[in-house]
Parts: sequence; structure tokens; C-alpha cells
Amino acid sequence: MTRALSFFILIAALTFGAMGPGFAVEPNERLADPALEARARGISDHLRCLVCQNETIDDSHADLAHDLRVLVRERLTAGDSDSQTIAFITARYGDFVLLKPPVKGATLVLWYGPLAILLIGAVGTVVWFRRRKMTGVEEPAPLTDVERSRLKQMMTEGES
Amino acid sequence: MIAEIGHYALVLALFLAILQSTLPLIGAARRNYGWMAVGQSTALVQFALVALAFAALMNSYITSDFSVLNVAENSHSAKPLLYKISGVWGNHEGSMLLWVLILSLFGAAVAWFGGNLPAELRARVLAVQGMIGTGFYLFILLTSNPFTRLVPAPMDGRGLNPILQDPGLAIHPPFLYLGYVGFSVAFSFAVAALIEGKVDAAWARWVRPWTLAAWCALTIGIALGSWWAYYTLGWGGWWFWDPVENASFMPWLVGTALIHSAIVVEKRDALKSWTILLAIVTFSLSLVGTFLVRSGVLTSVHAFAVDPARGTFILLLLLIVIGGSLTLYAIRAPALKGGGLFQPISREGALVLNNLLLSTAAATVFLGTLYPLFLDAIGGAKVSVGYPFFNATFVPLMIPLVAAVAAGPMLAWKRGDLLAALQRLKFAFLAAFVVVLITFYIQWGGPVLAVLGVGLAMWLFMGVLAEYSDRIKLFRAPFGDSWRRAIHLPRSTYGMSIAHLGLAVSVAGIAAAAWQSERIETVRPGDNIELAGFSIHFDGIEQLQGSNYTSARGTFTVTKDGSAIAVMRPERRFFPLQNMPTSNTAIHTTLLSDLYLALNDGDAPGNWTLRAYYKPLVPWIWIGAGIMALGGLLSLSDRRWRVGVAARRARRAPAEAVAKA
Repeated sequence: MTRALSFFILIAALTFGAMGPGFAVEPNERLADPALEARARGISDHLRCLVCQNETIDDSHADLAHDLRVLVRERLTAGDSDSQTIAFITARYGDFVLLKPPVKGATLVLWYGPLAILLIGAVGTVVWFRRRKMTGVEEPAPLTDVERSRLKQMMTEGES
Repeated sequence: MIAEIGHYALVLALFLAILQSTLPLIGAARRNYGWMAVGQSTALVQFALVALAFAALMNSYITSDFSVLNVAENSHSAKPLLYKISGVWGNHEGSMLLWVLILSLFGAAVAWFGGNLPAELRARVLAVQGMIGTGFYLFILLTSNPFTRLVPAPMDGRGLNPILQDPGLAIHPPFLYLGYVGFSVAFSFAVAALIEGKVDAAWARWVRPWTLAAWCALTIGIALGSWWAYYTLGWGGWWFWDPVENASFMPWLVGTALIHSAIVVEKRDALKSWTILLAIVTFSLSLVGTFLVRSGVLTSVHAFAVDPARGTFILLLLLIVIGGSLTLYAIRAPALKGGGLFQPISREGALVLNNLLLSTAAATVFLGTLYPLFLDAIGGAKVSVGYPFFNATFVPLMIPLVAAVAAGPMLAWKRGDLLAALQRLKFAFLAAFVVVLITFYIQWGGPVLAVLGVGLAMWLFMGVLAEYSDRIKLFRAPFGDSWRRAIHLPRSTYGMSIAHLGLAVSVAGIAAAAWQSERIETVRPGDNIELAGFSIHFDGIEQLQGSNYTSARGTFTVTKDGSAIAVMRPERRFFPLQNMPTSNTAIHTTLLSDLYLALNDGDAPGNWTLRAYYKPLVPWIWIGAGIMALGGLLSLSDRRWRVGVAARRARRAPAEAVAKA
């Protein structure tokens, strides 16, 4: 369950307790109908294994992930649509199970934050350009005596 | 005894660091050259002391001295020597010791190679390095001492997590830390410049090689980690937008912005205070990364309370370093005068766009990584932010960035001509268009974004080549003339082109990941599986005994159209000490694609679960990263970083002219 975590700085393994590498969907879980199975995979790919770090139930070998995979397939076999299946699982486990958090009050900052940051940055850049153009810029200060002597020293360095 | 020497050396290093963070600073303010010079000796001796401490811990690991708590908890006598050595940093305390080892290494390097720096600047840089060191030595000595003894000593240790028993552990963390900690030098230079109140082209020229070195190391470190994940996981994923990955990715993004904005400071004396800010933010993000991983807040904010001493200490350290440097920035940065003017459409303008997109991307990753923690901390809903979020927000920022990388270097400084630049890129555009058409034709109905990604990679690749041939006037001047131009191009120019080519290669590899095919089947020896035109035959399974594990190794013969391609041997290992299985995948690579097999226990005796993947272009992801780092290293070897070279070259030129005549 630690998966990528362990790789990225080891510590993870120590902090969260060790588990083997993820082993994803098992052959015996799969549905006979390829179309239905493809839908199940698509849904699994967006559901979080609740006891794992940012791992989809499709990738995790935790028991809970297995149960969820089976549950998804049961709902699909029973005739649920994709969204009904997801709604069924969210009703039981909350939004925490969704790797793609739904857009609502608590996640507005999350979803619109990147765009807002980009816009603020872009506007800031434009304003900066304008202000620079208006005020202009002073010539760089002439070298001080210390700098001049250092420059001379640098230019002659390596002659020895 | 040896562990105590290590402990003692670390305490001495702490006192030297305190000395280093005060005396040279006072000396620089009072122009006392004797006090300023103290920083150099303390930095060098500090490195020797931390190296001694590190060697002491390593000795305890190699000799399996289980009276040292850290060794008893993380090592085992039956472990292979390589993992006894790399196990030193495979745990919290040891990895923090590696952190300060690298910090002191950089401090010593600044002291050693900083001979061409003005004495005041060097003194201040070393003082800031000393302050960072002080904080981290205190952290280790007070909350994470690796030399704590265990009485009575156990007969044997608890061993190392089997996932970490991989050559990846030996090389990935050191590179990652070289990158993380390397940015501390850029930070120290930035803070020193703020104290001095002066940033000029010379400052940028001094700080750039350090930043570049750290960036190269971080690039390699992240790529190695990703590759390690890829071959160990057993299903071929290579990036998960996991908080720990993001922790290393954020400093990389801002660090990339930093090496670009420093160019503008060096060449055009502009973007100074922005560059200083980037240097501060880059290292701050390295610290945040360390904090995120170390304090345990990643699992949940409540894990923070499990070990409050550590978490609180890092949080405090973070507040002091980031808060302090940003306060200093707020006070001093307005005094920094901007230099050269430029039009929005210019090389500088392109680099500003690069910075805008990279910073926004870093902020996006930051938001996605910390938002769940933040919500949880204020008692809000529990949410997960997984890869779909990053695909929806990060990728759209990268597309214009990669597209602009091709055009940016074509623009002139000060005032560029975008139309002329695009005209010179028409072949690149044509090549990208053809590639898109061909891919569409072959992969009809496949993912559209992936096709565009491959086209984008082609555009960038050809754009870099176009820019290069422009520079050497290929086909527009006699060939001999072009050749002379090619030879005389500075290495930093080659470095840029090569790094950008590497980016194109990586982008292609990432985009093509969408076309992988997989088979997940229950197999018995004798079975045959077809995948992407390959025929994979399960020849049999054999039981092997490793030094600290048992292994079931499968043999698979891969054929294509009747001719043998490869024999692949994926393994299922079992570590009895930890009661834990691991998967050793088998990968057959042609560099254009990978065939990837992973074996797992089946649902009944004699049954095995085989995961077979065909992944086109996937090796390019890491090859591209390697090329990027290579470009950085090439740029690093540019002679102009070493002051005084110009004078030597000027003197040699007349001599050469005479020789030619």
C-alpha cells in the first residue's frame, strides 16, 4: 500500500508500515462481459483505496480494494449505470473515496485556485511591464573603486 | 565507542555551525577580514566532522552493531552488504544524517571553490549555510539521534523493509538530497544578497552553477525514483502524484524557473528581485518537502501528534527559515533596482512566460498536495486529491510551456520578432503536423490528447534543431563556416539545446503511455499469452533460495512471428523476516518500447497470476530526463563560469592566429 511512497523517500515505509507492491485487479474478479468489465476498470481507476496513499482500487492489493472492486462489479452486473455505481459507493464511503474530488463549496479553492493563480500572475506581469515602461529605469551605478580594482585583479588572474 | 565518536563529532559540528552563522556575518558588517575568513575553515572542518559521524554510523551498520538502536531497528546480519550500506539512509535518523552530510558538503564546496567571490559575499553566504546547518544539527541531536544506544543489545536486527532492498535505495536518495540540499546554496546566496542589498550580473553568474548542479542532481534523483517505482511495483506505473513525489517535484519546478530567470539577471540585469524570491521559494519548498515526509502529516494531520517533538521542531524550523527570509525579502527587495528594459516579445519576455507557467504549475501541485491536509486541519470534509485532479490542472499548464520552449530561444534579447521566429519554425510545425496525422492514422479512435502530446514533442524536438542550425547558419553559409560556428558555440548553449531535446523526448514518452496494452491472466506452466503481437510462453517455475529471501522464478519465452525475442524471468520473492512478498519484474526493453512481466501468486496451487504489459516509448521518459540532466552538466562545464578565463583566451588568440598563418 505504500507503493510510490516508499520509493520517493523510504520513510514512508517506516511511517505507514510495510506492505507489498500493489497487485491490482485479479483475474478471478473479472466479469465475463468485456464491455461491462471495461466500465468496471474505468470506474475503479477513479476510486481511492481508502486505506492507501493516493492509490486507485484498481492498482491496490489491499483487501478493502478487492472488496470495492467486487462491489463495483456487482452494481454494474445488477444493471446500475456508471454514475449510479459511483453514487452508491460515495454514499457509503463519502467523497474521500473519489480521487477526483467533486466541485463544491469545500473544493472551490482547490479547483479554481490554479486558474486564479495563473490569472493573478498574468495580470501582475502585465502591470509590471506597464509600470516599468512608464517609470523607465536608471542606468546602472558606475563601478566603485573597490570593484574597479577587483575587476582589474580578475582580468589579470591566471597570468601567474 | 565508535557510535559515541560519531555523536560527539555531530555535537562539535553544531558548535562550529553556530560559530559560522555569527562571526563571518559580524565580520562582513564591520569589514573585519579575519572574522570573515572564519567561515571557510569552519565549513571545511564541519564537513570533515559530519563525514566522520556518517562513517561512524555506516560502520555500525556494516559491522551489524545492534547495540545501536537505529541499526537494530533497521538492519539485519543476513542482509547483503549493499543494503547494509544503503540501509544507513533507509530510515528517518540516517536519512537526516545524509541530509546534513550533503549540506556540509555544499558548505565546504562554497568555502573551497568560492575563491573568486568578494570576501563579504562569501562570508555572508557561509553564515547563512551555517544557520541552516545549526537548525538541522539541533533537529538531529534533539529529536532524531541515530547514535542512541540500546541496552541490552538484541541478538539480531529487525531488518530493512524488503521494498527498499533494491539498488535503487543506494542511488536514488543521495541524488534527491543532492538536489534538495543543493538549492540551499542558491538560498544562501539570495539571503546574502539581500543583506548586502546588491544583486548584479556577477551575483547571477556565481549563483547559477550551484543552482544548475542542484537541479541536475534533483532531475536525476526524481527520474531514478520514478524508474524504481516503475520496475518494482508490478504494474508499470511510474508517477502517481503522490504527496511524497510532489514534495520532490515542487522544488524541481521552481528550481527550473530559477535557472531560467537567473539567465536574465546575468545577461540583462533584470528580474533581480524575482530571481531572489525564486531562490528563497525553491529551498523553502525543499524544506517543506522534508517536513511533509518527515513529520508524518501526510498520512493524516493526526499522525503529527504521534511524535509531536519532531513535527513541531520541523514546523518551527520551517517558520524561522521561510518566515525570516521572506521578511528580509519584503524589507530589502524594493531597494533592488531593475536593470535592462525589454519588450514583452523578447527572449526575456519568453523567460518570464516560462517562469509564470512553471510557478503556477508548482503552486498547483502545492495546492493539490496540501489541500486535503488543510481541509482536514480546519475540520472540513475529508477529500482525496488524486491523479485526475493533476491531469486536469497541471497538464494544461505544461502544454503552452512546452510549445513556447521551441520559440523562446529564437527570440532576440530586448525586442524580438515573434512572426520571424515562427517562420523559422515552419519545418518544425510541418514535422509535428505530419507526426500527428500519421499517429492519428495508426491509432484511430485512440486518446486524442496523447496524439497531440506526441505532436508537441515533435514540434519541440524539431524546433530545437531549427534553432541550432540557425545559430550555426547551417545551409546558409559554407559548410566549413557552419562547422567553425558549431565548434565555437559555448557549452552552455549546447547545454540548453540538449536539455530542451531531453524535454521533447520525455514528453513523447509520457504521451505515448496512453497506448499501452495489458493482459492480466491466470496462467499455468505451458500456457501461452498473446499481447501486442508478442507470444509469451510460460515454460515453468523454479524455487530459489536468496540470502534473506526465498524466490519463485518463472521462465517465459517471448516470440514474435515465430522468431525468439527474449527469455524473461519475473520473480516472486518472499522475505520471511518481515513476512512480506515482493515482486521482481522482468522487463525486455528495445529502448523504443518495454515488454513488462510481473508474476504473482494465483488463486490455487499451481496457478500464477501473470501481468503482462506492452508499453511503447515508456523508456523515453527516463532517457529524456537523463538527457536533460546531461544538458545541465554540459552547461555547468562551460568555461565562462570560471572567472579569469577570458583573459587567458584573449592572450592565446594571437598565438593561434600566428600558428594558423
